[in-house]
Amino acid sequence: MKEEKELFSVGHRACAGCGEPIAVRTILNEVGPNTVAIVCTGCLEVVSTGWPETAWEVPLIHAAFENSASVASGVKVALEKLGKKDINVIAFGGDGGTFDIGFQALSGMLERGHNVKYVCLDNEAYMNTGIQRCSSTPYGASTTTSPAGKYSIGEDRPKKPLAAICASHDIPYTATATIAYPEDLKKKVKTALETKGPCFLHVLVPCPTGWRFSSEKTVELAKLAVETGVFVLWELRGSNFNNINITKKLKGRKPVTEYLKTQGRFRHLFRPEIKQDVIDKIQKDIDEKCKRFGVDL
Amino acid sequence: MTKITIRGNMATALGAKLSRPDVVPAYPITPSTLFPEKISEYIADGEMDAEMIRVESEHSAMSACIGASACGARVCTASASQGIALMSEMMFIAAGMRLPIVMAVGNRALAAPINIWCDHQDTISQRDTGWLQFYAEKNQEGLDLMIIAFKVCEDKRVLLPGMVGIDAFVLTHTIEAVDVPEQNLVDEFLPKYKPELYLDPNKPMTFGSFGTPEFYQEFKYAQVKAIEKASEVIDEVFAEFKKKFGREYKKIVPYKCEDADVIILTMGSMSGTARAAVNKMREEGKKVGCCKLTVYRPFPGKEIVDLTKNAKVIAVLDRDISPGFGGALYGEVAAQFINTSKHPLITNYIIGLGGRDVLIEDFEEIYDKSTDAVKKGRVEKPVEWIHLNQEVL
Repeated sequence: MKEEKELFSVGHRACAGCGEPIAVRTILNEVGPNTVAIVCTGCLEVVSTGWPETAWEVPLIHAAFENSASVASGVKVALEKLGKKDINVIAFGGDGGTFDIGFQALSGMLERGHNVKYVCLDNEAYMNTGIQRCSSTPYGASTTTSPAGKYSIGEDRPKKPLAAICASHDIPYTATATIAYPEDLKKKVKTALETKGPCFLHVLVPCPTGWRFSSEKTVELAKLAVETGVFVLWELRGSNFNNINITKKLKGRKPVTEYLKTQGRFRHLFRPEIKQDVIDKIQKDIDEKCKRFGVDL
Repeated sequence: MTKITIRGNMATALGAKLSRPDVVPAYPITPSTLFPEKISEYIADGEMDAEMIRVESEHSAMSACIGASACGARVCTASASQGIALMSEMMFIAAGMRLPIVMAVGNRALAAPINIWCDHQDTISQRDTGWLQFYAEKNQEGLDLMIIAFKVCEDKRVLLPGMVGIDAFVLTHTIEAVDVPEQNLVDEFLPKYKPELYLDPNKPMTFGSFGTPEFYQEFKYAQVKAIEKASEVIDEVFAEFKKKFGREYKKIVPYKCEDADVIILTMGSMSGTARAAVNKMREEGKKVGCCKLTVYRPFPGKEIVDLTKNAKVIAVLDRDISPGFGGALYGEVAAQFINTSKHPLITNYIIGLGGRDVLIEDFEEIYDKSTDAVKKGRVEKPVEWIHLNQEVL
């Protein structure tokens, strides 16, 4: 159900090169106008809902930071009760609103089995408040609350495996996607819509401001995240990980340095001197993950 | 009309059932747990056509209420104490988004120390959220005020959420006889909720926008105008309720106040004890009366002034405390008189916190203390605590 009319319109105030509007536009155009969207507090809400304007051509509700999922529960149940069963309910949350502060609300919604499609737009830190560390922030990244320094390598904890945690709720469909592979993203949105019950989409959206790269390289960065195995594209029905479908397998996976070197948030790993032990650990973790997921051809 | 004997929680649940809500997101908490239990039971037995959302927290309960109400559903919930504190963030948002959600509250103390018994701290501390606040004296009022709250809150001139408080245990768990209004009469009194604005793909609209300094103040001003307007709407709805069901409600209910030198101001279940104490003291020749507030927000300041201005002293009883100040009601009553040249003395008594019993002799002590202030012509200690156990201190 492709629509001619853009459902996330131009004129929003996102930074140049922001990955979020690309993802939202792609997703909404796939979902279509018969939709109610929910958004949590964060960059997306700030750049798209400044009264008296709105970038949203579908009805939208924003309530707070930590509750896209529970607001969506209310929306879905009310629509069904009022006889509007055919309206799609899409909840958007940033990584802060999903991985961290909204995690309980998300888990509750998934467990209750509400027919809500939840999209986490992950830019790997609290970007709206100025690049603070989130449980989505990758190991070794420098943020304003996990700064690299004389005694710090930057973020010292691995990224929380949120999509896997969601899938472990035994929801009918979980997938990861990124804006560099729009057809893959659209296909997964379509599958989620066709699947009854709660579905979780984890979408990586590079942030030029927070990751510190040149704004024309957004798609390139998203692509590199996949090609290096940093971000694995997969989908799963249910919770049996033996049934995982890797939607982008890699032949000759690129070394992670190609990804790290392009971003200011990892610059301290290369200068003034190379922190080989940290880079080696990042690479080793990726190798293990790719082996576990069966990413390499 | 049928007469039955039920607990307070069942009365508010029955009031909710008669109001035909579409969606009830709720999280159990003592002493309000019986409310979601009864609603679940009504639905399970096919007596109620509503959807219950068994959320994982009070924060999510209010969040789901917001989502459902924004879709045009009639929505209610129930909570108390820590639950209300947890959902506080969303209560501001429900009011700011102008969603007529109704909540039944079992008024309970806040931790620490944790305490499950009655006081009004939970709802009084939410007085600035923008919700309408009703306080019941007995179970009948709990039932009726639920129906009344929906009608007031959903009025186009208001469009704000509202709560009905019944005192923990004293009402929530106490069996009293109530008249149950006929469903068809409730349906006539409270027709289906039909908002003009709701989340509708045919008419896309953004709820909960980002409000810059250019516009934020105007949003708040419009919201405040609406709760002020609610004062008038409440009077209309009370009158209509009386016509339909025969029971009379007033924002503030005076008792033997006409010639009273001392007027005691109360909220909630202790109001009945206050009347019994007034009767006793009247027999002893004391010129005392009492007033109970049924509506706390919007604050019936004008009505309070009109009813109490000729007394020599107003004794304001607070089942809450604003630490470092005194009782919330006291401060607000005092503020109503600040611009009048001549007014009664105003004393404040903190009473019945955390379920401490409120007794007839407490009112006698309050009368004596207040009369003493009149004799001296000044209030030496404006805020006094009643029934403090000195041995524990």
